[in-house]
Amino acid sequence: MIMKNNFLAKITELNSMEQQPTRFGYADALLELGTREKRVVVLDADLSKSTLTSRFAEKYPKRFFDIGIAEQNMLGMAGGLSLTGKIPFVTTYGVFLAGRAWDQIRTSICYADLNVKLAGAHGGLSVGPDGATHQALEEISIMRVLPNMKVIVPCDTRQARLATLAAAQMSGPVYIRLGREPIPVLTTQKTPFNVGKAQIMKPGRDVTIIACGLMVYLSLLAAQKLTKEGISCEVINLHTIKPIDRKALIASAKKTGAVITAEEHQLAGGMGSAVAEVLAQECPVPMEMVGVRDTFGESGQPWELMKKYHLMDGDIAKAVKRAVQRKK
Amino acid sequence: MTYKAGSGHPGGSLSSADIMAVLYFDIMRHDPKEPKWEKRDRFFLSKGHACPVLYAALAESGYFPKKHLATFRQLNSILQGHPHRLKTPGIEMSSGSLGQGLSIAAGTALGLKMDGNRSKIFCLMGDGELQEGQIWEAAMAAGHFKLNNLIGIVDYNNLQIDGPVEKVMGLAPLADKWRAFRWNVIEVDGHDISRIKSAFIKAGQSKTKPTVIIARTIKGKGISFMENQAGWHGKAPNKEEYEMAMQELNG
Repeated sequence: MIMKNNFLAKITELNSMEQQPTRFGYADALLELGTREKRVVVLDADLSKSTLTSRFAEKYPKRFFDIGIAEQNMLGMAGGLSLTGKIPFVTTYGVFLAGRAWDQIRTSICYADLNVKLAGAHGGLSVGPDGATHQALEEISIMRVLPNMKVIVPCDTRQARLATLAAAQMSGPVYIRLGREPIPVLTTQKTPFNVGKAQIMKPGRDVTIIACGLMVYLSLLAAQKLTKEGISCEVINLHTIKPIDRKALIASAKKTGAVITAEEHQLAGGMGSAVAEVLAQECPVPMEMVGVRDTFGESGQPWELMKKYHLMDGDIAKAVKRAVQRKK
Repeated sequence: MTYKAGSGHPGGSLSSADIMAVLYFDIMRHDPKEPKWEKRDRFFLSKGHACPVLYAALAESGYFPKKHLATFRQLNSILQGHPHRLKTPGIEMSSGSLGQGLSIAAGTALGLKMDGNRSKIFCLMGDGELQEGQIWEAAMAAGHFKLNNLIGIVDYNNLQIDGPVEKVMGLAPLADKWRAFRWNVIEVDGHDISRIKSAFIKAGQSKTKPTVIIARTIKGKGISFMENQAGWHGKAPNKEEYEMAMQELNG
């Protein structure tokens, strides 16, 4: 889907963009669901003040359950609640949700195909000073590999809200990745959101940049700068990594003949891998991947980390130039 | 069933057979014609490997024709090696990875309480399974949320794959552990039908706490050469053993 002009905010340097963490959009959506959808219940594992499920808890105390620091049990209890017709939203940091409770998600949620929604906060390096233990860099891989699971990485707080509302409407397990840090608000009040439909944020001719989460903004910024150098980039927001929008990816790769992927995640098995799985089979073109290269993060300010681990717009631009070279 | 399949778990199925018989034919309110009946009592088999005994109880109840029992563990069978809710009528939940069932049961108990539904929730656990940390997370939560509609049963046959439970990773004092997690505890001979039945009736009357019935059982119960033998945890009988076993059971 190509975005109309009024679907995208003006892209400028970071300090002049309106910014909000995606967990805000999640919290807003839960509040809306509180009134609209009585079956929604929310579970957290002692992080409600950070994940912001505390806002739902204040307004709907009878439908909020703090399970304590016991993620595996939280997943199981959410599964049990779903068996009684509830729509549980399970929330904690991505590392402890997708990682610590992976077998519970596999057997009790995905294999049984239960209607449980998972929101993994603190995704990516931009978590910052908490360091490597709290920076989820693997969830996209380990969630998308599970049958029945859907995986969504919203590009901003507005999209996080829409993704959360959409998840409540869908049946079966959904994983939504959220972030801690304020990130640019790219979409507008009018921007539509459809699960499984990639969004062409900016059309282009020479190369396609496919990104998710915060990296969509950085890709748009890179694309803007590259325009001045005569390289026309198409930028795709691949907010739904599973089910993946094969048609949109193939069409764009065919058109431009080169693809860059950008994600705040390990390269192994992540969004870029998912794209490569499609293109290698259907439309092989030169590909470059921007992401975390088989290393853990560390403590630091979010943007310091993004620079150190080569996840900035400049890194995307370099990858674009390498891909363009390889086309020739 | 395990003889036909050539694999499976006879030991822990036999140790819980009496408990299952009491549950399905004396205690639980359920309707095989309407497996999703809202007011039914729910049963969760956390020790999923003991599914032969559950499949037998479901078939005997009329959830599916008994002829399916001969297809256990075979390709395209509705009876998987471990229970799967999407394949078998009457199975409430998939299980097989140990330690997960009590959380599911606790979540169900919580959800039904929210709705004012007075159904009871039963969850059968193995003793070796209690070594999983998640069981105790769930036990803590069930006590915390005062899930008096939840009844756990421990099939305390004291054997696991690698040997006696106390030798592999001791559980004693088991009753004290559950009490410390704010549960009622009833200890019972797991092969004494009338005592099992009264334990369930008593458990059903709890006002504020979940109840666990610690059922002392014999792994491989009813078949002399299987009784108390860890080796019969996950092994199917051969033809000769099968015939001997059937003779003893029918004897």
